[in-house]
Amino acid sequence: MDLSDLALGLEIALSPTNVLVCLIGVALGTAVGVLPGIGPTATVALLLPITFNFDPTASLIMLAGIYYGAQYGGSTTAILINIPGESSAAVTALDGHEMAKQGRAGPALATAALGSFFAGTVATVLVALFAPPLSSAALEFGAAEYFSLVVLGLIASIVLASGSLLKALAMIVLGLLLGMVGQDIYTGTPRFTLGARELYDGIDFVALAVGLFGIAEILRTIAGGATRAVKVEKASRVWLSREEFGQIAKPVFRGTAMGSALGVLPGAGHVLASFTSYSVEKRLSKHPERFGKGAIEGVAGPESANNAAAQTSFIPLLTLGLPTHPVMALLIGAFIIQGIQPGPDVINAEPELFWGLIASFWVGNLLLVLLNLPLIGLWVRMLKVPYRVLFPAIVAFSTIGCYSLNLNSFDVFAIAAFGLLGYVLIRVGCEPVPLLLGFILGPLLEENLRRAMIISRGDPTTFVTRPISLTLLLIALAAFVVAVLPAIRRRRDEVFVEED
Amino acid sequence: MSTPAAPGVPGGDDSTTTHRSIALDDVVAGALFVVMGLGFAIGALGYDLGTAFKMGPGYVPLVLGAVLTLLGASLVGTGLIRRDRSEDEADVAPGDVPWRAIVLITAAVLIFGAGIEPLGIVPILLVTTFVAAIADRRTTLRDAALITVGLTVLCVLVFVVLLQLRLPLLGPWLGG
Repeated sequence: MDLSDLALGLEIALSPTNVLVCLIGVALGTAVGVLPGIGPTATVALLLPITFNFDPTASLIMLAGIYYGAQYGGSTTAILINIPGESSAAVTALDGHEMAKQGRAGPALATAALGSFFAGTVATVLVALFAPPLSSAALEFGAAEYFSLVVLGLIASIVLASGSLLKALAMIVLGLLLGMVGQDIYTGTPRFTLGARELYDGIDFVALAVGLFGIAEILRTIAGGATRAVKVEKASRVWLSREEFGQIAKPVFRGTAMGSALGVLPGAGHVLASFTSYSVEKRLSKHPERFGKGAIEGVAGPESANNAAAQTSFIPLLTLGLPTHPVMALLIGAFIIQGIQPGPDVINAEPELFWGLIASFWVGNLLLVLLNLPLIGLWVRMLKVPYRVLFPAIVAFSTIGCYSLNLNSFDVFAIAAFGLLGYVLIRVGCEPVPLLLGFILGPLLEENLRRAMIISRGDPTTFVTRPISLTLLLIALAAFVVAVLPAIRRRRDEVFVEED
Repeated sequence: MSTPAAPGVPGGDDSTTTHRSIALDDVVAGALFVVMGLGFAIGALGYDLGTAFKMGPGYVPLVLGAVLTLLGASLVGTGLIRRDRSEDEADVAPGDVPWRAIVLITAAVLIFGAGIEPLGIVPILLVTTFVAAIADRRTTLRDAALITVGLTVLCVLVFVVLLQLRLPLLGPWLGG
């Protein structure tokens, strides 16, 4: 890494406009993220349309800000009302909510914020260090390597998913097929458009995302009896005592290290990171019996791990164009809408965007600490917004946001269609995340498969005779075998229900 | 993930697990995938398939459609013979389908799509949010009216005033 690159990034990230959009992103992300029942993926999907009014750099900085804000909001709900916004925050709820019940919500929130800030700072440097060499390595990738990489990404995403493997696989394939709707890249033939001109450019990505993560989730939540009375624990003294600082220091370091490493993994690296960190802290502790009863280490480690992983998961996104996380898949969609194909070219073609975005991670994390600790009272009030007010708001935001992009009613109708499809699939036990990954990666998979076959003159062995491609496929195969081995499946299920 | 899986409790607490039963959710999911897979595969046959060397627009969708059909069929198969179903939480119990919410939320979205151009953002928001609000049967009409007005004001502030999207407040049908 050249220091001047990071300096360029900081200069861009610290420009008044970009600090402002970052601030707006972080604040909006937290505000929506703390609303009960709306996790980070849904938050990013819902707020996606409003970021498109800015230039690409500002828009992506804002989106990244929304993402950290949403994650932080998810931890806040986990601690205060025991409702984690997503699976990685479920670990935080174990001890965080216990702390809150003992009247220590303030220290728990401060731990989450400071741990996340430290982890975010370290991981930002790691991204800056590792992204450029990986980008140049990836530039050497041909079509065969890219195809194998996408296969690996798709397979890895199901290894850590919970529930039925068959269903996850089917959802990926369905996503891939939906991604193929529209004009064929090589011949221009319109495919599966059912006669609708609007589908020539493919299914609208925002409509798909808000349908699956906005509308379908509303139906799931309403069916699940949404209007439970929420008991919010009080947050007093939002800071840490010297003793508490001592207790969290090591877990934060270890969590950061584990999270940074695991975040790069395709699939659910961030979930794995927080679970791993929690069990490591519990094992290393002299008093493991305190875990689950309000141990501050049980908040510090997983929160740091989670945030470090959130940050390093940008490495595969920025260097390979490979999403490792549903939010990253949404970000890829945002890149494409802005006219940028995420991948190894971004660093050279758009250095300002690339380094500005990376530097903004750090700015965003800093703003998060500055903004959220003093504003905790406001977030607590947002937590109390009843769901019957919330879901009409989600409907309104989804529809206006999606319509405003192309001023096209067809996209709004598509939201309804994907909302219904998503709900039916959720009802029969199919989580929508693999579908989204498939949808994003479908065109990439097909394009590279076809190109590789043309280059090899129709010889399919090209995928196993090129060493990098072979390695990637072998890793994918290993991941798949691991996922289907019954012993490991059982352990995986145990991890996910651990101390539920 | 949100549904607790009751670890450590031996089967039998749930009435559906005591007998050899059909995992209805797997069967329905599988059937859905078969239908969609066949749809894509048959559709793909209408396009030029090409060869493995030079794949046409139909090649990859045909293969994936076939794969989806097979995956769906095996889901139906495992669903019909599976005994132990502790792993899956999503039971299909026809009784608790939230029909009211499904119909009204979908209607709200469709109404927005159909009405935004002729009516403009203010009237269509009033209708959309109201229809959405009454999807929860516990919401009284008075509350729904309050939610409607509040959300309409909020959305106009956010999208028209702050973000300056070019959405006409009143559409051509209303003289806007």
